[in-house]
Amino acid sequence: MPEAPGTDGAGTDGAGTEGAGTEGAGRSGHAGASVSTGAPQFQVAAKNPRRVEGAVAVAFLASLLAFAAFGAAFWVAASSWVLGVTLGVALSAFGFGLVAWGKYLMPQGPFEEPRPQMATTPAEKQEFVADFATRGKIAVERRGVLVKLMGAAGAVLGVVLAFPLIRSLGPRPNQEQSLYHTKWRKGAKLTSIEGRAVRVDDIEVGGIITVFPPDDLGGAFSQTVLIRVQQTGDIVTEPGRETWGPHGYLAYSKVCTHAGCPVGLYEELTQQLLCPCHQSLFDIGTGAMPVFGPAPRPLPQLPLYVDSKGYLRAQADYDEPIGPGFWYRGGSNGGPQ
Amino acid sequence: MIDSLFSWIDDRVALSRSGRHLLDKIFPDHWSFMIGEIALYSFIVLMLTGVFLTLYFVPSSTPVIYHGVYAPLRGQTVSAAFDSTVNLSFQVRGGLLMRQMHHWAANIFVGAIVVHMLRVFFTGAFRRPREANWMLGTTLLILAIFNGFLGYSLPDDLISGTGIRIAFSIMESVPFVGTYLAYFLFGGSFPGTAIIPRFFILHVLVLPLLIIGLLAGHLGMLVKHKHAQFPGKGARDDNVVGSPLWPTYAAKAGGFFFLTTGVTALLGAIVQINPIWQYGQYYAYKVSYAVQPDWYMGWLDGALRVMPSWELNLPGHMIPTVFFPAVLLPGLTFNLIYAWPFIEAKLTGDTAEHHLLERPRDKPLRTAIGAAVFAFYFVLFGASATDVLANYLSLSLNVVLWAFRVLCIVVPIVVFPVTYKICLELRATPGAGQRKRHNLVVRTADGGYTTIAAEEYPGYVKAELEPVALDEVDLVSAMAAEGDQGTEGVYQIPRDYR
Ligand code: HEM
Ligand code: FES
Repeated sequence: MPEAPGTDGAGTDGAGTEGAGTEGAGRSGHAGASVSTGAPQFQVAAKNPRRVEGAVAVAFLASLLAFAAFGAAFWVAASSWVLGVTLGVALSAFGFGLVAWGKYLMPQGPFEEPRPQMATTPAEKQEFVADFATRGKIAVERRGVLVKLMGAAGAVLGVVLAFPLIRSLGPRPNQEQSLYHTKWRKGAKLTSIEGRAVRVDDIEVGGIITVFPPDDLGGAFSQTVLIRVQQTGDIVTEPGRETWGPHGYLAYSKVCTHAGCPVGLYEELTQQLLCPCHQSLFDIGTGAMPVFGPAPRPLPQLPLYVDSKGYLRAQADYDEPIGPGFWYRGGSNGGPQ
Repeated sequence: MIDSLFSWIDDRVALSRSGRHLLDKIFPDHWSFMIGEIALYSFIVLMLTGVFLTLYFVPSSTPVIYHGVYAPLRGQTVSAAFDSTVNLSFQVRGGLLMRQMHHWAANIFVGAIVVHMLRVFFTGAFRRPREANWMLGTTLLILAIFNGFLGYSLPDDLISGTGIRIAFSIMESVPFVGTYLAYFLFGGSFPGTAIIPRFFILHVLVLPLLIIGLLAGHLGMLVKHKHAQFPGKGARDDNVVGSPLWPTYAAKAGGFFFLTTGVTALLGAIVQINPIWQYGQYYAYKVSYAVQPDWYMGWLDGALRVMPSWELNLPGHMIPTVFFPAVLLPGLTFNLIYAWPFIEAKLTGDTAEHHLLERPRDKPLRTAIGAAVFAFYFVLFGASATDVLANYLSLSLNVVLWAFRVLCIVVPIVVFPVTYKICLELRATPGAGQRKRHNLVVRTADGGYTTIAAEEYPGYVKAELEPVALDEVDLVSAMAAEGDQGTEGVYQIPRDYR
């Protein structure tokens, strides 16, 4: 039988000295100064503490069982979601119980405490400054030379520490040539990631593969896309590149000129390369000009030729630094300064 | 036993003398103050789950052949980092749960910091004397974002590797020092073999230590200042009104920690996050579709997308296009955040000390500026999904991109006056935002009906209680007397409406 609210507290535990039916009297009996312990501020927030106690007890019991279940699940190496659900339920129930206890079964307040202002008085400041700064000042002024020497020693230490530390981190970029040059050389065979050199009849029209120089398979900077655009004939993407695209083949750097992602999605119908990162589109027929998106420059084109055995080879390295720009990349065609 | 242990310690550190007043420390009761706590607790979850992960993760890019239980990857050459992460997910007991909890906690951590920051901003909690704590908090946000990125990069999977590639390009783009920065961090050119071990030590040691140190300073300053509070009955500039640390706040905050952890565990159990075995090992030449970073990098990704392809060519030098969205924009953003307390003090001429918070509507200009700026970043965040949206809405990428370019200018311009106006309206409407009184439908004697507004919301007393100074009374005897009160604690304070 559900107990009538308002009577269960005294009725069930028997500890209340005043018992049921004295609610009004109970408070007035304690009334006095506004901060007597009978003041409403000291009572719990719950309308019906017994009910909340019950809820908290259920929560703790649930967490006990769920913790045990988590232990068992771990023991039998249950699947991840069983572990997580038991643990999550256990922790949440435990937390719920604690929160409800604090929120409803403790003096509801509000209570206050004084707060000092942060700003100090001029007198306080003066006293501190007098003690701290003046002492120091006198000590320092007497020994000016020592102070300067100490500072100098410290400065040298700082500089000397910074150098080996920073210099040991990595090579200087302008000495490393990878910013300006890739591993493509005159005569390098276009080689697939498996190490197979590509021959002129290996790829169908509309086909695309990623190629590397034979000595840099998988290289992040030499990666190049090779596309067969048509069956025969040289493709001229720009004046000056008359011989670069033999037998319907075009090769471009695979490193996006925007932020360096691999430009690998080829749309045969429109003859465009798409960069998956920020959707730059490059039109391969016109020298990989960017036609959409944030890429600022065309993908550099690798000049090709077909040797007497039918292998595709590079005429030379790219004629400009590949990939995204950087401060020391001089102008649109920059090499090392 | 416990008594004598305590006594032994106390005789050596005088805890009972110096720590006594801590028990009475008052914490204001307002829901918005829990947001900072979520950040704190998820950081603890990050440390706990993170230590577990370090026991199994191998921070190395040495190639190994995968021999684990996940069949589709078997026989492939992967890095030791990737291999150990997959094994952690499938072969270590509880490993996948820990990984997913760690990742979820990171997202919650940064999210809670941002929301916490918004609440500090819109209530004016950053004003004197809390400017320094605002700046400290901003630094915590930056460190949290950085550490999130570093952790995301560790498994060496296809998606995170693409992110590292972009980070390399962004570093390269900095004028004068960019290439040096990139080469020194990566130990040479991209990708090299140094980056995983270096990111690892930064992620598990250096940045967490920095965060712990700054967090201690952040919370220490909070204790020194004591919480700012909303004005309400008895809440003044020279007091703090709320619940005492012991036992009320301790129970609530302690419970809230377990709730936060529990929810993180449930998320880690049920909602899959970062299934790297599906992405595969990172190879510089491999393409991944729908590359999406964690949410807190979204605004940068969006900025990279909407930025027009401008590149500045100087004689012999270049400022690459990524510099503007990925270096200049965050630089300006965080410096503006750092400077805001001082900018506002300059604008308003208000340099006085404040411990009472303001309702956003009472500061329409600040609220409107904050909302407009936030809207800008929100649009950038949306722009990180241009490709997904174009697919989903069957629109051309071009249309979606241009829409976002326009939106990131138009939306803030619209949000500003609208917010301003809403603030003014709210201020002019008495009782706005408060719970509505219900209406009583009354049947009159002659059979008609009329409605009258009820006096008050049932269950709420209208008048709030006066705060009581704890040192005037003995909380212990008051709590002991609770039984005497029977079931009288019928007062429910509408704390949320203070
Ligand atoms: C690691 C991340 C952070 C953690 C764990 C954290 C935690 C907390 C906690 C628990 C509080 C007290 C409760 C509250 O007022 O919400 C607090 C107060 C504060 N936080 Fe943070 N916070 C973090 C980041 C930030 C950020 C990003 C900012 C703003 C830029 C910030 C600015 C403040 C300020 C000004 C206060 C004092 C507010 C007051 O007295 O009411 N915090 N922080
Ligand atoms: S990296 Fe290719 S579009 Fe950004």
